[in-house]
Amino acid sequence: MGYSLALPGFYFALLIGGFSFGAVVSLFFVRSNNANELTSQFVIRLGKNLGFGFSTLASLGGCALSLSVLLAGSPYQLEFGRTLPFGPLSINIDQLAAFFLAVISFLGIAVSIYSFGYTNEFVGRRNIAVFVFLYNVFLLSMALVVMAGNAILFLIVWEVMSVTTYFLIIYEHEDSSSRKAGILYIVMTHIGTALLLVMFITLAGFAHSFSFEAFRHVRTQIPPSVNTWIFLCALVGFGMKAGIVPLHIWLPEAHPAAPSNVSALMSGVMIKMGIYGMVRVFFDFLAPGPEWWGILVLFIAVASAVLGVLYALMEHDLKRLLAFHSIENIGIILMGIGAALLFSSFGSKTLAAVALLAGLYHVLNHAMFKGLLFLGAGSVVHATHTRNIDELGGLAKKLPWTMFFFLIGSAAISALPPLNGFISEWLTFQALLLGFDIPDLAVRLAVPVTVALLALTGALAAACFVKAFGVTFLGLPRSAHAEKAHESSFSMLFAMGILALACVAFGIAPGIMISLISRVTSSFFGESGSALSVLNVGTLTIPRGAGSGVSPLMLLSLLAGLIIAPIVVGFVLAGKIRTRTAMIWAGGLEKVEPRMQYTAAGFSKPIRMIFSNIFRATHEIEISEEMSAFYKPQIRYELKTESIFQKYLYAPVRQTTIAAAKIVRRIQTGHIQSYLAYIFITLILLLLFAR
Amino acid sequence: MIEFASTFIVSAIQILLMLLATPLVCGIIRKTKARLQNRRGATIFQPYLDLSKLMRKEVIIPSTSSWIFRITPYVVLASMLLIALLVPTIFAPVPFHWMGDIITIIYLFAAARFFLALGGLDAGSAFGGLGSSREMSIASIVEPAMMLAVFTTAVTAGSTDLSIIVNRLSTTQASIIHPSHVLAFAGLFIVTIAETGRLPVDNPGTHLELTMIHEAMILEYSGRYLAFLELASQMKLLIFLSLLANMFAPVGMAIDTAPLSLIVGVAAFILKVAILAIVVALVETANAKLRLFRVPELLMVAFVLSLLALILYSIIGS
Repeated sequence: MGYSLALPGFYFALLIGGFSFGAVVSLFFVRSNNANELTSQFVIRLGKNLGFGFSTLASLGGCALSLSVLLAGSPYQLEFGRTLPFGPLSINIDQLAAFFLAVISFLGIAVSIYSFGYTNEFVGRRNIAVFVFLYNVFLLSMALVVMAGNAILFLIVWEVMSVTTYFLIIYEHEDSSSRKAGILYIVMTHIGTALLLVMFITLAGFAHSFSFEAFRHVRTQIPPSVNTWIFLCALVGFGMKAGIVPLHIWLPEAHPAAPSNVSALMSGVMIKMGIYGMVRVFFDFLAPGPEWWGILVLFIAVASAVLGVLYALMEHDLKRLLAFHSIENIGIILMGIGAALLFSSFGSKTLAAVALLAGLYHVLNHAMFKGLLFLGAGSVVHATHTRNIDELGGLAKKLPWTMFFFLIGSAAISALPPLNGFISEWLTFQALLLGFDIPDLAVRLAVPVTVALLALTGALAAACFVKAFGVTFLGLPRSAHAEKAHESSFSMLFAMGILALACVAFGIAPGIMISLISRVTSSFFGESGSALSVLNVGTLTIPRGAGSGVSPLMLLSLLAGLIIAPIVVGFVLAGKIRTRTAMIWAGGLEKVEPRMQYTAAGFSKPIRMIFSNIFRATHEIEISEEMSAFYKPQIRYELKTESIFQKYLYAPVRQTTIAAAKIVRRIQTGHIQSYLAYIFITLILLLLFAR
Repeated sequence: MIEFASTFIVSAIQILLMLLATPLVCGIIRKTKARLQNRRGATIFQPYLDLSKLMRKEVIIPSTSSWIFRITPYVVLASMLLIALLVPTIFAPVPFHWMGDIITIIYLFAAARFFLALGGLDAGSAFGGLGSSREMSIASIVEPAMMLAVFTTAVTAGSTDLSIIVNRLSTTQASIIHPSHVLAFAGLFIVTIAETGRLPVDNPGTHLELTMIHEAMILEYSGRYLAFLELASQMKLLIFLSLLANMFAPVGMAIDTAPLSLIVGVAAFILKVAILAIVVALVETANAKLRLFRVPELLMVAFVLSLLALILYSIIGS
């Protein structure tokens, strides 16, 4: 087959050049001192639009590059800096890297388009040039993380990614909660990086090189105990970035603090860099390990999924709610990856391939719907200036398009057929069920528990999005903010439209993406990895056993037919529907008050009661100014749920660290003589022992 | 072409059969309950009359609602009809069985529930939100039990395709007496009670705000919309009864299209569903409505039964 149109070199240059140019260009368009207000605003707008224009272009280049690699089947490689101390740096875009690059670039396109309209409100109020610079560097660093073919380059761009995200989180720095979130993020992410450094050094010790290629060559020579050490370092180090439970606490603070377009990228793709790292290390660098690796990952996956969605249910801050759902979805992704690890430890490559495919497909799908939802939340915040859904309501009439796109995103994340979230959860269920092919009791006990908790997660996610969507968009406006809301600009709606379309397309035509992703899995598990057959784009079949399949395209068309049929039949039988619009019963009052509606807190109360052991909720009711027994003017209700991780894990760690620091502080006397003494003693010790 | 036509005709028959049988099942349950309570009760054909009356009534739409309110009855009914196409009733495999398996069916129920709950919130009344909140909460603890119960049969048959499960089990004949199937059946029965809103989880015959769940969500619906929603909820019951009847006891199921086996299939289906409907009526009469926060305990029983079923299968095998 001829792929003469595939010019990976050109696309690569477009990708790197586009982001770099986009980053730099806006810095030239800053406010000049001798221009009037109008011209300087025009100049700033021009600069930022150029910046986002270049990032859109670069993302398009990234999409083309990844597709050309996935289709051609041969990696795109590049080597530079031969004179550097740790050997040459290299770019190596193999199938796995190309897949993740596709996810980054596709979301990059949508978010960049969204940013044209979204950042208009910053003009004149904030330093937009710096924002555009950071935005472009952020996207570029993520692209480089997956493209890096060598540990040194990987760690450098990993750090660049972490630091730019830090600055983006504290972009609205006058808010003290943003600054706090930023500090928490930067501390936790560096603990993760430290572990990654240890892991890469251990690997390099065996490979005598920092290149990924060399790591692959020695994968069978590493002793099991070291293998386990590397596995754990990777799990914790990358897990920190992915936001697995219990390392998730930075995530719900950091994601909402950033501007919404950045939140979309952080939730949609940045946390997936952790998943990328895990897949790279677990399946590429390490030989199949013992069974407990898979069980451990499944355990973490289940904990992340269930706790993520439960905490999300308790949130009334729209963006924090979405952030908790990212933890949940990372859990679902890890179910696929954990199952793949488990199956590969039994040597079942076919089963492992299906499980990994399920996980990777969910990576793509989560990027689409979570990106969409964060952009939707951005539009809501943009229109109402509040993130508290208990102050919203009735936005369906004010923001009809945002509402429609948010509905698609909500349905997709709740795994409703035939959208994309359903397909990847279906695949995850199928992959887990395949575990019954393995005659091992531990596997056969782990599988039913995971299946049950995945089902629980899915149902709770649906409950959460009925709340988030229903309270935000339906009913009556609960505050003046919601009443005065207005629809977003065209570029924002267009970007959401792209992602909504992707949610539908990846749902009804899973075949296209699955044929691409199975190229990734077969790069790890060989050709036996194509355990999944896809017929006519639409029908997905697991041919193992007696075969089971799903055809989302057919489901959608029949569903549409069955929606239209009753309308037609009803029309023919009974004529035009006789309808009247009327006010609902207001409990005897003159008209319905917005206060009568269920609030978000009320909606999730049954779940809070059912899972009270996890939430440990405490509430306080305060009735003030009691004038008479019959008239109580003010009632204050406060509800707090406690994070068990904050209390039992992080608080002790923090206290111990501070206590240790106090002890260590004693050697810091402040006298230069004693410091000189320390140096002298160290020198003597070194001379004695380090000969 | 002939194949396409036969697929179409058989599916049309299936959907019509389900549509026609649905109110009857509801009628049988109501009649049985009435007799058990020493009442004469309405005729078993009363639900047909109710529905046709509702179809002719005027629809009142709350002025506070959006288009979600109007599309919900259609989405809910369409989801049920779509599921009705996938569930084997009198013959297996059903023509569209490749379209969706048991996981798809469970998630189609979830889709219908999702829209129903949004419809409840859309009018902006207090009761709608109350119903939606309770429905979604109970559904989330029902789902794991349901998934495990159906997976017990799925692993026995080596497929999640419902028609294949039914076919496999009807050819081996040993299914109903397998201990793991007995446990899964019990689990799925409790799930049925909870999912279809019967006593002791929800009372289909009340409008008392303290207890209602499903009725609260559809409180603002009237006329044709209400008819669609009532029909959908009755159909959900029939679908669950068919699942119980055919997944665990596929006796008499037609596996070819010979007239005789089809007649046997219809007779067996009617008999099995009627027995199950009477059992549901018995359970409803013998139990009082549980307090809302006692419901999770009942569902926990279903969950444990289903989990045990699957684990038992792993240990003793088929």
